[in-house]
Amino acid sequence: MLEIKNLSFTVENGNTETGIVNDISMTVPDGRLIVITGPNGGGKSTLARLIMGIEKPTGGQIIFNNEDITNLSISERAKKGIGYAFQQPPRFKGLTVRRLLSLAHGSELPEDRCCSYLTKVGLCSQDYLNREVDSSLSGGEVKRIEIATLMARELLLAIYDEPEAGIDLWSFTMLVDSFKSMMADRKESVVIISHQERIMKLADEIIIIADGKIRAQGSRDEIFPKLMGEFDNACKFREQSV
Amino acid sequence: MDKTDYSMLGKIAGMSSIPSVGAYNIRKNGVGIERRSTENIEITPKKDNPGIDIRIKPGTKAEKVHIPVIITEEGVNDLVYNDFYIGEGADVEIVAGCGIHNSGCKTSEHDGIHRFFIGRNAKVRYVEKHYGEGEGTGKRILNPTTQVYMQENSYCEMETVQIKGVDSTVRETTAELAEGAKFVVLEKLMTHGSQKAQSNMTVNLNGSDSSAQIVSRSVAKDTSEQVFKPTAVGNAYCKAHVQCDSIIMDGAKISSVPAITANNADAHIVHEAAIGRINNDQLLKLMTFGMNEQEAEDVIIQGFLS
Repeated sequence: MLEIKNLSFTVENGNTETGIVNDISMTVPDGRLIVITGPNGGGKSTLARLIMGIEKPTGGQIIFNNEDITNLSISERAKKGIGYAFQQPPRFKGLTVRRLLSLAHGSELPEDRCCSYLTKVGLCSQDYLNREVDSSLSGGEVKRIEIATLMARELLLAIYDEPEAGIDLWSFTMLVDSFKSMMADRKESVVIISHQERIMKLADEIIIIADGKIRAQGSRDEIFPKLMGEFDNACKFREQSV
Repeated sequence: MDKTDYSMLGKIAGMSSIPSVGAYNIRKNGVGIERRSTENIEITPKKDNPGIDIRIKPGTKAEKVHIPVIITEEGVNDLVYNDFYIGEGADVEIVAGCGIHNSGCKTSEHDGIHRFFIGRNAKVRYVEKHYGEGEGTGKRILNPTTQVYMQENSYCEMETVQIKGVDSTVRETTAELAEGAKFVVLEKLMTHGSQKAQSNMTVNLNGSDSSAQIVSRSVAKDTSEQVFKPTAVGNAYCKAHVQCDSIIMDGAKISSVPAITANNADAHIVHEAAIGRINNDQLLKLMTFGMNEQEAEDVIIQGFLS
């Protein structure tokens, strides 16, 4: 279980301090799928990066399976079973898809395992295994490979930062389908940051974050209708759907 | 041949023992020490100069030649002339390479002057690895000169790698391409400490429909310095692409000066060059796999130079 207690992240801007994440508390119980949504610039990605350890909080605590991980490095958190799929995954000249998946796994992955991960994210594995993860791949291809790198790890908590961002309509439909089947037989807890209605529909729980604070949280059936009403303007998720 | 010799042969030529088949010539501390010719590949010592002639019969298929050089003493200054005559229609792989183990305080240097005469329709893959080691303060210097003469419709692929430990290198490469010839070069180089590396290359595309692809990838660490000057000259209907890509670290200096010249309106030549640090997101991504920063950096460099 992940527990976030009074987490804050402020940045200094000249003489003023701006709060990006303001006193957020929440829990992700084991095996739950939580979708975090809300307007751009509201602090969602920062929250995800704080959980992974990419940013250091200026206040509060992060507890993972009863252990305070607030001061642990990225790699220490990774070893505890936390994974993070970047919103804009970096590319690597000279690293093949197969090698990247093996690095994610921590040891050389057999070809059939690599293929099964790639198939799950909708890529024809034989075409991709030996391709380099460089600028020859499209944005959608890189995002799918990013998701596959999380599958190649044995995670207790997987965080996906806007898996739909930068993906065209055609790829997005396939991506949602792959997410659906992935989520159906997963064991780990999942946090997905998303603006997409179809991804929110996969959630056990939805949290709305704006101005660095939790504005609403509850079960999908409870929150989803509200998104159509009072939070519609703030979230704009329908306009942003591809 | 002792353990150190075999360890170096492994690094530079992938040889853990004398190859059971195929032609080879092993040169150690300025002298040829073992040699074998085969039915199709004849290796003979030169009469006028130090070095060997390698003659490959026309039509020879799928054969390999190993010609590694090792230097294990300090103060060796080895200048060698090797000429390769590759017969019409042959298809062969040549594995060269030079390793210097210098435990003394005097400089050891190997300057290999290689000339390739590639016959019509012949296909050559040439792999050359350079490596230096040894606890001494003596410098390890490698200055290879490579001249390639390509006849009609021949193909030559050169992969040159400087693994590590070479204090100073100046590479001079020239190629002359006849009609339909294709030249592919992949140069990979890593420098560290206060090492210096320079690579000058001129590829003349003289024949119609000739083509060249020159790719150089390098990593400069510490206070090392690198200079790349690849030049493609189009003298006919031809295609060429020159690409230099470098990762710069610490207090290193890199200069990439790709040049292209067209002396014919049907020449199509492109160059691109980039120098930059390791991208922070690349490090972060690998750290989310559980690597520390140093491990992540090593993986990125290894991939980049693979």
